[in-house]
Amino acid sequence: MRTFNWLRSSAATTVLGTALLGIFGGGEAAAQGKQLTLCWAAWDPANALVELGKDFTKQSGIEMKYEFVPWTSYADRFLNELNSHGKLCDLIIGDSQWIGGAAENKWYVKLNDFFDKEKISMDDFVPATVVGYSQWPKNSPNYWALPAMADAVGWTYRKDWFSRPDIQSAFKAKFGRDLAPPKTYDELKQIAAFFQGREIDGKKVYGAYIFTERGSEGITMGVTNVLYNYGFSYDNPKKPYQMQGIVNSSDAAKGLEYYKELYKCCTAPGMTNAYMQEGLDAFKSGQVAMQMNWFAFFPGLYKDPNVGGDKIGFFVNPAGPNGRFTQLGGQGISVVATSDRKDDALAYIKWFAQPTVQQKWWQLGGYSALKAVVDAPDFPKSAAFAPQFLESMGIVKDFWAEPSYAQLLLDMQKRVHDYVVADKGTAQQALDLLVKDWTKVFKEQGKQVASQ
Amino acid sequence: MTTISQPDNAVIAGMSESARSRAPRRVRGLSDRAIAWLFVAPTIALLLAINIFPLIWMIRLSFTSLNLSMSYLPLRFVGLDNFTDILGDEDVWFRLQTTAQFVIWSVTLQVIIGFGLALLINRQFRGHSFWTTIILLPMMLSPAVVGNFWTLLLQPQIGPFNYLISLFTGVPPSSFSMTGQVSLAPWTIVLVDTWMWAPYVMLICLAGLRSIPDYIYEAAEVDRASAWRQFWSITLPMTVPFLMLAVLFRAIENFKMFDMVNLLTSGGPGSTTELVSITLKRAAFEKWRTGYSSALAIILFVTVFGAANIYVKALNKVKQR
Repeated sequence: MRTFNWLRSSAATTVLGTALLGIFGGGEAAAQGKQLTLCWAAWDPANALVELGKDFTKQSGIEMKYEFVPWTSYADRFLNELNSHGKLCDLIIGDSQWIGGAAENKWYVKLNDFFDKEKISMDDFVPATVVGYSQWPKNSPNYWALPAMADAVGWTYRKDWFSRPDIQSAFKAKFGRDLAPPKTYDELKQIAAFFQGREIDGKKVYGAYIFTERGSEGITMGVTNVLYNYGFSYDNPKKPYQMQGIVNSSDAAKGLEYYKELYKCCTAPGMTNAYMQEGLDAFKSGQVAMQMNWFAFFPGLYKDPNVGGDKIGFFVNPAGPNGRFTQLGGQGISVVATSDRKDDALAYIKWFAQPTVQQKWWQLGGYSALKAVVDAPDFPKSAAFAPQFLESMGIVKDFWAEPSYAQLLLDMQKRVHDYVVADKGTAQQALDLLVKDWTKVFKEQGKQVASQ
Repeated sequence: MTTISQPDNAVIAGMSESARSRAPRRVRGLSDRAIAWLFVAPTIALLLAINIFPLIWMIRLSFTSLNLSMSYLPLRFVGLDNFTDILGDEDVWFRLQTTAQFVIWSVTLQVIIGFGLALLINRQFRGHSFWTTIILLPMMLSPAVVGNFWTLLLQPQIGPFNYLISLFTGVPPSSFSMTGQVSLAPWTIVLVDTWMWAPYVMLICLAGLRSIPDYIYEAAEVDRASAWRQFWSITLPMTVPFLMLAVLFRAIENFKMFDMVNLLTSGGPGSTTELVSITLKRAAFEKWRTGYSSALAIILFVTVFGAANIYVKALNKVKQR
């Protein structure tokens, strides 16, 4: 009996003890020194930022910790973090489209007072990046981020293939002109079709690589490069949110048809769900003659031992019948409103905004948006892709940056992928349905949507 | 149940001196019931915290307009709007149809293949254990791993699957894409799911086959029943409850299927393989339509729960026969 009682008491003590440990023993000692956590995507420029951040630690004594997430789960992961008011990130390099939601939901610290105090002027940055990464509402002097990583869609091509005499002469014989990087989308399709299925050095190659990814943002970030140039706009500039006849104009439908034709005629087999990484793989493995991708990857491609250096060339997104634009990428750096280390985070932004730091950022493989860096006389010669980057940043357009951007984006992903890859309906029907989807989203958001 | 924590006074008075001296110690201890509660309480608390409470909260949210990407907007009670929106949405019905087709085809194939494998494995032959282990390997892998390596296997240019098909049919390997073509993608997800889960059905069927007493077959032999007759009159009827159980488990699992399909096709091309679980995930964690997705989750829960209940009743009837 005594043993039984002892067992009972022990059991009770153990259970209670475990429970108490669970309640009081879970916490860890506070961090030893000062530390900041910076959240971003896991890609080449992030490595450059880690390298750059060592200087900040040296100067300030603040350790930098990084939370990098692959692009495919980047938005899910960090929007969830911001939505739940988490404390993982002190600083975040958030996508340009997040700015509306981040500002309205107060996820980011508004930086106007800080910029005034530290004499950081947004006039010192490339205008498109200020509008794209920092301002909400757009074109108003309300800043929520410092332009951190300028980026846009550009193209790479196999310069070595383009310059081969046999290929040059075959192209001239067929089209009556020299083979050169395309200036228009018609030229691009012609060149892509020319290379499609051609044997080069005993290997079958394909014409072009374009974005087709379904899950996150891929096909939208690809197709808009064509749509803009065919006359697509998100809404009527004079009547905000009026999309009927603008988003689904006949010109926009022609642009969408073009993208599908390019996908059908001139891409490698199996590219039905491909985005940045698949493009890099296709280009690096010598599979494609031309590749659509973000400028952020071009430093790495230029250094590639197989396809880089003299073998690679770069060109700006070609023009369409109604203009020449390109899709804006890139991000601004913001201070997370729930951070306990806002002062240190602001100190990082102050340090990052310095011209010397921005210059080093560009040298390490990041893309500065500071005019002092990109407008410097020697900038175009500082990298093989610098002139194209500079030109692209002057013609960028961005997707919606509304708080409801995620719904708008996923609706477009669905409609475009359904038409381009899954052969569902016509281009006009796809865009008509997109207008319907977007109208519903904006109405839910409480916006007035004019039909005409 | 004997209660020892609150002994009757009369009983105590009648106790020996030594027994009385031990009594206070016994009172200080906990009753059996209290100990039982103490052990069960953390589990119940956990269940309430991570299961029941979220379920109740979700039901509440399903009647609201909550969108987490616009949480600055005032929360509105919208009644049954989310439910009527979902049930009136053509796309949701298409997704349910896609899911039903996936469930029916994959479970049917898994049952046929799993049962066939069980019949083979049930025989004694050389290397029996080795082959059993090999067959069971796919179901031991994580769906994420399966999704990724099948993506590679099915890659039109470098994947061995297309080369294998090419070998038998003469069709150029890179001329078709198993995950990228509207006509092939739905069959691809069925194929991969069957490859992964047919061994699981095999295991359940094997348990059924091994539970059939040998004397029944011996009696059939005495009656000179043919092998086909034995299969039709003994093996199949006696394994039907096990087969039905396998169908129940696999149907519920496949109705919820997300990870493997998401990795293989992301629901594409277009929305061809977008199962309702992918629609739910997109609505909840990509579009952040919390109210709407809560309503969709409830509809799916009720559907699965209702169907499973009807099925279990049928299963019980079969067992009673």
